Amino acid sequence: MSTTEDHLVKIENIKTEHHGQPDAEIPVRHVTRRSVLMNIGIGLNALVGLAITAPVIGYVLGPALRKKGFYKSWVSLGNIDRFPNGQTRFATFVTPYKTPTDGATDNTACWVRRLSDTSFQVFAINCAHLGCPVRWFPQSGLFMCPCHGGVYYQDGSRAAGPPERGMFEYQWKLVNGEIQINAGQLPTLSNQASVERKKSCLG
Amino acid sequence: MPRLNINPTKTALDVYGWLERRVQLEGFVKESALHPVPKSTASWWYVFGSAATALLVLQILTGILLALVYTPSASEAWQSLNYLNNHLILGWFLRAMHGWGSDFMIAVVLVHMMQVFMFGAYKFPRELTWLLGVGLLFLTLGMGFTGQVLRYDQDAYWGLGIGASIASRVPVIGPYAVHALLGGPIIGGATLTRFFALHVFVIPGLLMGFAGLHVWLVLKLGINEWPMPGRIVRRSTYVHEYNELAHKDGIAFVPGAVWKDLFFSAAIYGAVALCAIIFGPFGPGGQPDPTIIQTAPKPDYFFLWLYSILSYLPDSLETPFLLIAPPIGIAVLIALPFVAGEGEKHWSRRPVAVLTLVFLSISLAVLNHLGTYEPWSPHMTAWSGDPLPAEKVHAELPLERQGAIVFQGKQCRNCHEVGGLGGQRGPSLDAVATRLTYDQLVRQVLQGGGNMPAYGKNLSPAQTTAIVAFLETMHPLGQEPARNAATPNGPPDNMRGNPLTGDGPAQNVGENHPDSNPKPAPKDQKQTQGQTTSRNTKAGAKPGDTTVSLNTVPALVH
Ligand code: FES
Repeated sequence: MSTTEDHLVKIENIKTEHHGQPDAEIPVRHVTRRSVLMNIGIGLNALVGLAITAPVIGYVLGPALRKKGFYKSWVSLGNIDRFPNGQTRFATFVTPYKTPTDGATDNTACWVRRLSDTSFQVFAINCAHLGCPVRWFPQSGLFMCPCHGGVYYQDGSRAAGPPERGMFEYQWKLVNGEIQINAGQLPTLSNQASVERKKSCLG
Repeated sequence: MPRLNINPTKTALDVYGWLERRVQLEGFVKESALHPVPKSTASWWYVFGSAATALLVLQILTGILLALVYTPSASEAWQSLNYLNNHLILGWFLRAMHGWGSDFMIAVVLVHMMQVFMFGAYKFPRELTWLLGVGLLFLTLGMGFTGQVLRYDQDAYWGLGIGASIASRVPVIGPYAVHALLGGPIIGGATLTRFFALHVFVIPGLLMGFAGLHVWLVLKLGINEWPMPGRIVRRSTYVHEYNELAHKDGIAFVPGAVWKDLFFSAAIYGAVALCAIIFGPFGPGGQPDPTIIQTAPKPDYFFLWLYSILSYLPDSLETPFLLIAPPIGIAVLIALPFVAGEGEKHWSRRPVAVLTLVFLSISLAVLNHLGTYEPWSPHMTAWSGDPLPAEKVHAELPLERQGAIVFQGKQCRNCHEVGGLGGQRGPSLDAVATRLTYDQLVRQVLQGGGNMPAYGKNLSPAQTTAIVAFLETMHPLGQEPARNAATPNGPPDNMRGNPLTGDGPAQNVGENHPDSNPKPAPKDQKQTQGQTTSRNTKAGAKPGDTTVSLNTVPALVH
C-alpha cells in the first residue's frame, strides 16, 4: 500500500520533551493594543464567570449547608396506648421536611420499645451499619438486618455482625398522652457518634 | 410539459460535492479510515474497544427513547416504569435493551481493560489513552449506579441509603456529603432529580467527551501492536519502530481490521437483544415506600463484589477500607503507565502483571458469586417457612422435642441451616453435637460469640435446657456427640445434674432485666471446632438406631 507522510505516527514533540531539548523557534511576542484588549476581555469573562458560578455552587450544595438541626422537628407517633408495656412495636411517621415530589418516600418507619408507663426507646429503622431496614423478632428478642447480617438486642445494643455500634435512637418526649420524636433526617454515622456503643440520640 | 432529464447518480454526487466543498471532512475521514495498522492487530482480541463504543451508542439511543416516558419524580417514577413495562407497546423491550445494554457495557469495558493491560498497551506513548480509559471505566460504573437509582424501587431506595451511609463515614465532610448526595435530609424527590441529572446529562456528557478523546488518541498514536517477547518499549526508539511495523507489515484499518469490529459489534447487539427478549427488563421491584420493610436490598450485579466485601470485613476495618482502598486503587491505576511506561509488553515476560490480573479476576468473580447468594444474610422467614426436616429430628425424649420447638420458635433457623434449609450466616447445625460438648453448647447459646448474639436474656433456663438437649441429638448416624476430653471416661456432661446452676451467664436468664447489658463473649472464646470430636465410629449402627435416645448411642457404637 502507499505510505504517505500523513500516515506516520508523529510524537516527535513528546520525544523532545523527554530529552529536555528546548523548542528552537518560539515566536516573539508583541504587545499590541489588540492583545491588551483581548486580555482584558478574558479577565472580564473570568470575573463574570466567578460572579455567576458562586451562586450556582450555593444552589447545588445548598441542601448540605443548612444549619444543624434545620431539618429536624418533633413529630408524633400517636397515642402511647398503641404501645403496650414491655413490647416493641412498629410505627411510622411522615418526615417533617418534605418536597412536593417525595411521594411515598416521605413516610418513615421506626421501632418503639415501651419499657414502662413513662419510659420508651425509639429506634431508627436504618441499620447502624449501612442503613438497611432492620426487623424486630419478638420471639428471640432480636433485631436482625437483612443486608449483611447485623443483629441487635432488644435494647438496641449491638449483638453481632458488621455494625460497629448499637441502633440509632431518636430523642422522644410525651406530650398529652402522645409520644413525639425529634426526627427529620436519614440516620447515618455522620449524625451519630460512631464508635460510642451506649445509647445516643439522633442529633 | 418539458421532460426533466435527471440522472440520480449524478445528482447524488453533485449534492455530495456541494456538501464536501463546504464541510471538507473527506480528507480527514479517508486518512483515518485508511491509516495503516500493524497486521497483527487485525485480531479478534482487538474488538472490545469498538464494542464498548457500539454499546455506548445503544445506551444513548435507548436512553433517549426511555426518557420520552420516564418521569423523574419520586412520586411517579415507579409508576412510569410499570407503565412502560405493562402498558406501552414494546416499552418492556426498550427497558430490557437499556438494562441489558448496561450490563454488557460494563462487562465489555472490563474485558477491554484486561486485554489492554495484558498487551501492555498502556505503555509509552499511550499513557494518556490509558488514563482516559480509567476515567471511562469509572464513568461507566457511575452510569450503572445512577441508573439503578432511576429504577426507583425498593432496591434503589435502600441502595441510596447504603450510598449515603458510606458517604457519612468520610471524616469532617461526611454530613455535608450525605446531604449534598441526597439533595436534602432524606431520600426523596430531590434525590431522584439529582441522580436523573447525573445519569442523563452530566455523566453521559463526560462519557462522550472522554470516549471521543480516547478514540482520537488511538488514531493519532496508532493502535497498540501485538506484543512480542523481547521487543522492548523504549521512549527513544518506540515511535520509529512502530512506524516501521505499521508500514512494512501493515494493512489499512479499513477494511483490513474493521470487519472484525463490525462482526463483533453486531454479535453484541444481537446478544443484548436476545437477553432482552428472553429475560426481559430489570424490575422495577417493590414500590419505594420506606415503611415496607419486608425487603432484602441487593445491588445490581456489577456492585455485588462490594456488597460481599462489606459483609465480610471486620467492623474495625470497614471504615478504613472504604476510605483508603478506593484512593489507593485509583492512584495505582493512574501511576501504572508512568511507573511501567517502558519495557516488555509480552505477558510471558510480565509474571507480576499476569498474576495480579489473575488474582484480581478470581477475587472479583468469587466475591460476585458470593454476592449472588449472600450466605451472610439471615433468612428472615426461615424460622416460620422452613420446617425442620423430619429425618433430622431424632428426638425421642419430650425434652428434646420441646427443644426442637424452642429452636424453631426462637428464629435460630434464620442463621443456621438444618438439612440444607435455613440461613447460612452461622454454621450448619446438622452435626453440631459432634463439634461442641454439652457445656460448650450451653455457653454458645447463652453467651453467643463468633458472630452469634447471646440468647441468655431471651431464654428461660427450661428453654435453654430443652434447646441444648435437642442440639445434642444433632449428630450423624453412628457418630457420637462430643464429650469433655478432661473426663473421657466419666459420664457425659449432660448427666451432671443441671449445668445451668453452675454456669455464670446462665444466672442472667429471665426477661426481667431488660437493661442489663449482655456481654457477648469475646471473639477469642470462639469454640475450637472438633477439639473434642470423636469421629471414626462408623461401625455397627443400623439406620434405625438413630432414634435411640442419645445417652445410649455411645454405648451402642463402642
Ligand atoms: S446494613 Fe445492616 S448489617 Fe449491613
